Amino acid sequence: MKVILDQDKCVASGQCVVAADDVFDQDDDGIAVLLDPNPSSDRADDVEQAAAVCPALAIRILG
Amino acid sequence: MTSTVSTGGAHAPSAPEFPMPRAAGCPFDPPPALKEEQEQGSLRKVRLWDGTTPWLVTRYTEQRALLSDPRTSADITRPGYPSSAPVRGSSFSFILMDDPEHARQRRMVTAPFTIKRVEAMRPAVQKIVDGLIDDMLAGPPQADLVQAFALPVPSLVICELLGVPYADHDFFQENSKTLISRSAAPEERGAAHANLIGYLDELMGDKIARPADDLLSGLGARVGAGELSRRQAAEMGVLLLLAGHETTANMIALGTLALLEHPDQLTLLRDSDDPKTVAGAVEELLRYLNITHGGRRRVAVEDIEIGGEVIRAGEGIIVPNDIGNRDPDVFADPDRLDIGRDARRHVAFGFGVHQCLGQPLARMELQVVYSTLYRRIPTLRLDAGLEDLSFKHDGSVYGVYELPVAW
Ligand code: SF4
Repeated sequence: MKVILDQDKCVASGQCVVAADDVFDQDDDGIAVLLDPNPSSDRADDVEQAAAVCPALAIRILG
Repeated sequence: MTSTVSTGGAHAPSAPEFPMPRAAGCPFDPPPALKEEQEQGSLRKVRLWDGTTPWLVTRYTEQRALLSDPRTSADITRPGYPSSAPVRGSSFSFILMDDPEHARQRRMVTAPFTIKRVEAMRPAVQKIVDGLIDDMLAGPPQADLVQAFALPVPSLVICELLGVPYADHDFFQENSKTLISRSAAPEERGAAHANLIGYLDELMGDKIARPADDLLSGLGARVGAGELSRRQAAEMGVLLLLAGHETTANMIALGTLALLEHPDQLTLLRDSDDPKTVAGAVEELLRYLNITHGGRRRVAVEDIEIGGEVIRAGEGIIVPNDIGNRDPDVFADPDRLDIGRDARRHVAFGFGVHQCLGQPLARMELQVVYSTLYRRIPTLRLDAGLEDLSFKHDGSVYGVYELPVAW
């Protein structure tokens, strides 16, 4: 599973961090940071949840 | 009933009026007429106070799509914007602006709302909550939960975060009540807004002269650096102060009422010491209660084809999140309060780039409150009949004016 994050779109809601804090973090201003662009498949549910709740549609999952 | 035909709400000879009344005696459900519209289709036409007929978007999928569509604008000064009252004044906070200016201003205030910063505030919020419960327990075994608890919790928290003296709470609570009330005359609302702006402007002067470690001081520094006018900083201060206490206070009081009316759910919540159960209950109550009624408002800047209709450029769009969160295609048995369901995809905080900035803080406050109040006062009960309570039908934030409780 490959995760792509568009930081320009991010509105700092932190929802991705709540869903999967081992994959996403936030910088000091709240902009999301991708910790792990290739999370293992057992993280799929949480990462999909992160993409689904991201209000800015800033997270995409490939494969 | 509406008189719409199957060719779609767009061509309805007489669009129903919006907002619609809730059913008498049922404090938690969205208006029945709104439910009927949702059953008819996702895009409907409604009539507003000024005779205009914007689109009403009733289903979850189209709601999320439109709120995150860059072809919609939140700029209240654009022709066609479906405003809920006459538009006054010339300066507005960033929630009524589009990117890039919206994003520029919003990013100035996102820092205190990161998950880590909010989590760091949890012990302080727990202390506030425990202190207020101690005070309740030290007095007679009955109280108005709104005044004794629901309003002070978020007010103390947001005052601390912004650097607003809590001692002024009577003043700003009174004025914010008027500002968000639909039944207040436009002049009254204008005066309340001016009072709040004046208050924040003065405070901003103090913060610029003597900066402290708080959000308003941070904005003061931006004013000094020429990134923001003092007026804009005051507008942002009013927005944060208002949004920070009105919404959460209503979630605490109305959420408590909903739990007292659903004792099985209250027991589940009270008996669990798993933070996940509490977090899940908070999401479900946000979905179920939808205390922001009146809907998110936008205007199309280009033609948008969606839900079998075409929204033309310049047409207004209203997205009532209360009905979206009761969409049976997304939430099974949506009118049932079920704290065990996965409700995290709700749109109670909106969606898209304008989604509520303070949501991590609101969630944390509600988690602390819901995991503490009912455990510390297990005999808490409603000290009035449901029919005796009066609900905030007239404002942009829904809730209960008073909640008499006893224990
Ligand atoms: S959920 Fe989306 S908008 Fe929110 S912090 Fe993560 S990437 Fe940014």
